Amino acid sequence: MPYCLNDLKVGQKATVKTLNASGSMRRRLLDIGLIGETDIECIGKSPSGDPKAFLIRGAVIAIRSEDCKDILIKGGEE
Amino acid sequence: MGLTNSSTGHNASDNAANIKKKTPSDKVIALAGNPNVGKSTVFNALTGMNQHTGNWPGKTVASAQGYLETKNGTYVLVDIPGTYSLMAHSAEEEVARNFICFENVDAVVVVCDATCLERNLNLVLQTMEISKNVIVCVNLMDEAKRKNISVNLKLLSEKLGVPVVGVSARKKKTLSKLVEEIENFTNINYEFKIEYDEKIENAINMIEPILKKYYDEKINCRWLSLRLLDKDDLLIKEFSKYTKKNIFKNKKIASAVKDAEEYLTENGITPDILKDMIVSTLLFKAEEICKDAVTYENEKYDLFDRRLDKLLTSKLTGYPVMLILLALVFYITISGANYPSMLLSDLLFSLQDKMMSFFTFIKMPESIKNMLVLGIYRTLAWIVSVMLPPMAIFFPLFTLLEDSGYLPRIAYNLDKPFKKCCACGKQALTMCMGFGCNAAGVVGCRIIDSPRERLLAILTNNFVPCNGRFPTLISIITMFFIGTQASMLSTAKSALFLTFIILLGITFTFLSTFVLSKTVLKGVTSSFTLELPPYRKPQIGKVIVRSIFDRTLFVLGRAAAVAAPAGLVIYLAANTFIDGNSILKILSDFLDPFARLMGLDGVILIAFILGFPANEIVLPIVIMAYTASGTLTEASSITAMKELFVSNGWNSVTAMCTMLFSLFHWPCSTTIITVKKETQSIKWTVLAFLIPTATGILVCMIFANLCRIFM
Repeated sequence: MPYCLNDLKVGQKATVKTLNASGSMRRRLLDIGLIGETDIECIGKSPSGDPKAFLIRGAVIAIRSEDCKDILIKGGEE
Repeated sequence: MGLTNSSTGHNASDNAANIKKKTPSDKVIALAGNPNVGKSTVFNALTGMNQHTGNWPGKTVASAQGYLETKNGTYVLVDIPGTYSLMAHSAEEEVARNFICFENVDAVVVVCDATCLERNLNLVLQTMEISKNVIVCVNLMDEAKRKNISVNLKLLSEKLGVPVVGVSARKKKTLSKLVEEIENFTNINYEFKIEYDEKIENAINMIEPILKKYYDEKINCRWLSLRLLDKDDLLIKEFSKYTKKNIFKNKKIASAVKDAEEYLTENGITPDILKDMIVSTLLFKAEEICKDAVTYENEKYDLFDRRLDKLLTSKLTGYPVMLILLALVFYITISGANYPSMLLSDLLFSLQDKMMSFFTFIKMPESIKNMLVLGIYRTLAWIVSVMLPPMAIFFPLFTLLEDSGYLPRIAYNLDKPFKKCCACGKQALTMCMGFGCNAAGVVGCRIIDSPRERLLAILTNNFVPCNGRFPTLISIITMFFIGTQASMLSTAKSALFLTFIILLGITFTFLSTFVLSKTVLKGVTSSFTLELPPYRKPQIGKVIVRSIFDRTLFVLGRAAAVAAPAGLVIYLAANTFIDGNSILKILSDFLDPFARLMGLDGVILIAFILGFPANEIVLPIVIMAYTASGTLTEASSITAMKELFVSNGWNSVTAMCTMLFSLFHWPCSTTIITVKKETQSIKWTVLAFLIPTATGILVCMIFANLCRIFM
């Protein structure tokens, strides 16, 4: 199991390794500046635990877990 | 919930395509920017217009136009929908890009959020690749200052090579610098170039010189070369339409593009890889610029936001806070509306007597006098005294929530339940807009990208009661369930009761969304990203003034415009007799058996039918019809109103069924027209009518008959 955005706990930071998303989700992630080498921090989760909120390039973006699994990360651990 | 004259109904879905210049020499300025950076606030401040603003991404779904008059002449300002990029991935992005590319815009002002500059610069860079005349307007400088984020505007301007101004659009005087830059913009005309990877540059050089021979005047040829290489078919189609010629018909261009593509493929760069490389280059450029120009003096600048988020979206408190806020809004609305409502009704009904005696004095014929006073005036008086106070309180309260940035958190909290219904969390936003006005809610559904999920949101929007239906619900609750004495406890009970009704509406929103997504709108959920903007302190004074003038009075005006003729029709129907029975009686007797099945009576059903143009007038019509048939002539207080209703056979079951039917029945005519416009389909419009109507008939019938059995 590769290390993906779902593995990031609230408060943890990491760097994006690769983006496996395709189609419209890929484009949307690119639009908000989520590409390789982008720093990302998990800053909270919604009441049901999904989606989670991430700090990406200064903006807070909510992403669902099924989309998070396509965003592989590296580094991390507080 | 952008509810103003221009944002509901007929102008709701206009595109920016037809620019209306006052004189041919007017310059056209486009306002671009990421969603939720305060573009509309800048636009309003510059043009003196009142486009609705709010703190959530996607609020401006249709472009707006306004005029800025300066000593140099007139500028036509166009507020285009907010986008993250100009790659045309969504309908709004396409509108924005086509506008900048093909509408002969003289300059583009890109509005940025100072607290989130890096992400915003991506759009600035993309715009600068297309247009030569770009002004960067860094908005929300006050917010940035509060968070100890400092933006070096001078350095930013040097690095970008275009004018950069810092403003705080909510403070109008900070905009003078921007006006100055707009006046000077013809002097800009700089050359700007983003350096890509060497191989991409080589490929561009294989195409650009040839394009320049043909299209140098029409478009930025370097940019067009890139689009030809990354296979942006949409743009190429649009460009061909614009030049009225298929660009690939030109043999020289076609072969140059082919050569360049082959060159890139040989070097391992496919169109998809190319796209990624272009995006990364832009993002890294933005990152590099911000590294020097933006300083975060306080690492924990967003601590307050994060703490608030914890309270508003955590597992423990997220849902309870949502409910408490909802109930609180109702509590304030009901308790605040009580007294003014009484005052207004006393005043207006005392005027009624004066009018009567005045008309008697000028010897106006009895029939015309009664028609004017008892028909038109009394219905209007009801609308004003019953409807105005709750509206004037509810609208501003809701706008305050909207301004603060809480609405996206609702969408965030409710995404999971919506996902379970195979829908999009953003539907929560459109649902919230529905509280203000269902027509505005339907237009707002444009923020949902997937067409299937957008349709789900459009078809179910009517299940949340709009502002026009709240007063009806509140009056009935007060009369039949809580009692009319105004104590804190009874107000709290009313608020809870109303919250319960609203939750019922929300439950049906989920239910019908679920059923639709399992039947006519089958499909899987599409991916979803939602921005949670920083919280902002709402401008309380401005919100109150604006929401009263822009929305309350507009809605009231619309209701009155419908109520006057409706009051007349009812009066005439009640006083025209065929074989000893009034037309109203004949009609209501005809509908009565069916209405009884639903726990209503014929008159109530007629009122709902006549209320098709505006939900606000349903209750006044009922009163009108009852008083006109002569059981009671005066119903000037809520107690008298209850007596009138009871004497016409109402009991708590009738009251409950009327509330249920108010919650679940056909959308008003404005909403229906808007649905037709947004879906471009008769089929979906008919469904938007039938779904809530069928739900209402069923729910009322089941409820009424259960009561009959068990009570």
